[in-house]
Amino acid sequence: MRNYEVTFIVDPTLSNDEIKSTAKKYADMMSGAGKIVFNNEIGLRQLAYPIRKRNTGIYSCVEFEVANGAIIDELELAMRRDENILRFLSVKLDKYGVKYNEDKRAGKIGTIVRKKKVVEEDRRDNRRRNNKRRNNQNKPAEKPAAEKTAPAAEKTEK
Amino acid sequence: MASRDDIKFLSNPKIGSKRNKYCRFRKFGIKHIDYKDTAFLEQFVNEQGKILPRRITGNSLKYQRRVATAVKRARHLALLPYVTDLLK
Repeated sequence: MRNYEVTFIVDPTLSNDEIKSTAKKYADMMSGAGKIVFNNEIGLRQLAYPIRKRNTGIYSCVEFEVANGAIIDELELAMRRDENILRFLSVKLDKYGVKYNEDKRAGKIGTIVRKKKVVEEDRRDNRRRNNKRRNNQNKPAEKPAAEKTAPAAEKTEK
Repeated sequence: MASRDDIKFLSNPKIGSKRNKYCRFRKFGIKHIDYKDTAFLEQFVNEQGKILPRRITGNSLKYQRRVATAVKRARHLALLPYVTDLLK
């Protein structure tokens, strides 16, 4: 048994029914040959670069299990001929890939939440602020007032 | 007495000390790299979307190759750009 994962992008300018029917057509092809493990319809997503003058696409990713890889040729040929498919990618999964997908479905794999980089400030600005802070520490009487105004100003900038 | 913060070094004292790099895939036992996980892959590309070299990421050769294929797959599917500025 081999596990494959086919991801494809459907043209978003089609009507809803057409989008569904194209996605279903390929899912049916896969389920006809083997067994679908998981059909992940990711949905509308911004493309990183325009493809055929489209800036968005409807992603779906199907993982399936078949005895041999003969179906892949048929699938790829059909997708290449299909004008409604912007892009496709079929990948064979090794045992780690299968495990990864299982874990992901079970919610064991967290997603990275990247800290948004603080809006880049001039290094000179930073230095100036540090100097200010240092000066304030030397003169504690002025400190609270100066600090209160400084963060407020920053927030409005952002 | 001057506190440590007040001492001004002529050169950055952190420069000499070496930070040990390691392969995160080996260290944390990550066996599979998903090409759909763009947030993860973005750690391995620079702001122009170029794949970072091993000498910066510290990946072992085996996983650097896998990262590279995953990034290339993501690019093909327009999940990551081929060329940009100011990614991240």
